[in-house]
Amino acid sequence: MIPAAFDYVRVDSADEALAALAEHGDDAKLLAGGHSLLPLMKLRLAAPAVVIDIGRVDELKGVTDGGDHVAIGALTRHRDVEINDLVNAEVPLLAAATRHVGDAQVRHRGTIGGSIAHGDPASDIPSALLAMNATMVARGQDGAQREISADDFFSGFLETALNADELLTEIRIPKLGGVGFSFQKFTRRAQDWAIVGVSAVHGNGTAGVGLVNMDSKPVRAAAVEAALREGAGAADAAALAAEGVHPSSDLNASVEYRQHLARVLTKRALDEAAG
Amino acid sequence: MQITVTVNGAATTHDVEPRRLLVHYLREDAGLTGTNIGCDTSSCGACTVHLNGEAVKSCTVLAVQADGQEVTTIEGLAAADGTLHPMQQAFHECHALQCGYCTPGMVMASISLLDEVPDATEADVREGLEGNLCRCTGYHNIVKAVLQAAGGAQ
Repeated sequence: MIPAAFDYVRVDSADEALAALAEHGDDAKLLAGGHSLLPLMKLRLAAPAVVIDIGRVDELKGVTDGGDHVAIGALTRHRDVEINDLVNAEVPLLAAATRHVGDAQVRHRGTIGGSIAHGDPASDIPSALLAMNATMVARGQDGAQREISADDFFSGFLETALNADELLTEIRIPKLGGVGFSFQKFTRRAQDWAIVGVSAVHGNGTAGVGLVNMDSKPVRAAAVEAALREGAGAADAAALAAEGVHPSSDLNASVEYRQHLARVLTKRALDEAAG
Repeated sequence: MQITVTVNGAATTHDVEPRRLLVHYLREDAGLTGTNIGCDTSSCGACTVHLNGEAVKSCTVLAVQADGQEVTTIEGLAAADGTLHPMQQAFHECHALQCGYCTPGMVMASISLLDEVPDATEADVREGLEGNLCRCTGYHNIVKAVLQAAGGAQ
C-alpha cells in the first residue's frame, strides 16, 4: 500500500512548523513519528496535499521537571517516555500505559504528541492523561501558548481541540505524589489495540479514571470518580464504569461486552491502585 | 527529492518520491531484498530494520524520514569474511525458523531487544518480540535462540 502523492516539507524548529502550517493551511498534516498518520495515508483514509515533517524539531523532545508537574515535549517518543526516570517516579501511570502502546518498533517511532493529536478513542495514552488531569500546551500563529485541559482536548472521533494552524508543543502532567495507579488493557492478541482499557489513580483524596475505547472519543469514567470521592469501595464504584459512556459494537466486542469489560477492568485497576 | 541514507555503513543516494516507503527504498533502490514485506500495515514485523540502531518497521517509515540517517538491514549483520552475527548464529544453531519469511525481521528485532534488555528473561523475549509474527508459529525456537544469544553476550 502506497500513500497518495504529497509535497514534503521538513522543518527544524517549532517556528518553521507554524510558518509551514500558515502557508499550507488545511491541506497540510504534521508528521511526527508517523505511526498514526502513515497507516491512514497508506489506506488512503488520509491524503494530505502537504506533509510537514516535524520529526527533527529537537526543541519539542524530552521530559523536564516543572515543579508541581512533569512536562513532556510533544515529540518525545513512546520509548523515551517509557524508560524516563522522572516519568517513572512522578507520573508512573503514563509509563505503565505507554508500555502497552503498539510494540517495541512502534514505540521507537511513535510520539506522545502524535498519538494524542490523532484523538483516537482506542489509543492507550489519552486514558492516562484524563485520569491524571493533564494539560496540553499548544502554540498558535501569534506565538502565544494556549493551555487545554485533557477533558477539553479530546473533542470527538479523531478530533481534538487543536486548531488547524496550531502546534501541540507540550503535555503537562501533575505529579501523582505517590498515589496508587494502574493501567489495565484487554486485547485478544499481544500487540492489538485495546478492546477496552482503563487508567486509574486513586488515593489521598485523588480519584481519576480514564477509559479506552468506551466512547467515540477518549472519556473518563465520571460516575466511578464521583463514587470514589464520596467514599464508595472499589467494587461499588467499578460497577458504575459503563454509566454515562457510549461504546460501540464491532467485530471484537458488542456494546454489552464492552460495558462488562469496563466494569471488570475498572475493579482490577482500583484494586491494583490500592496496592 | 534526493536523499542520502547510510545503509549498512555505505552511503546510498537516490531521487525518490516523498511517498516512497523505506522498505521499498531498501529493496528496490538500494537493491537489498533481505528485508521482507509481510503485512504492509506495521503489524507483522517482517520488514523490521534498524534506524539509527533501533528496530523500526520499514513499511511505516518514509524514505525521506531516513534521509541523513543510518539504516542496518539483515545484509549488514555478518562480518566481511562471512562470520555470522551472534544472533544469526544462535538462530542457526537453535533452528529458529521454519519457512524463514519472518526471520530477517525477527533477527533485527531480537538484536534491538537485547541492546535494550541485555539480560532478557524468557518473558522479556516473548513480550519484546510481540511486534513480530511467525505464521509457522515457530516461536519456541526463536525465543530459545534469543536467550542463547543473550547468554553468549553476558
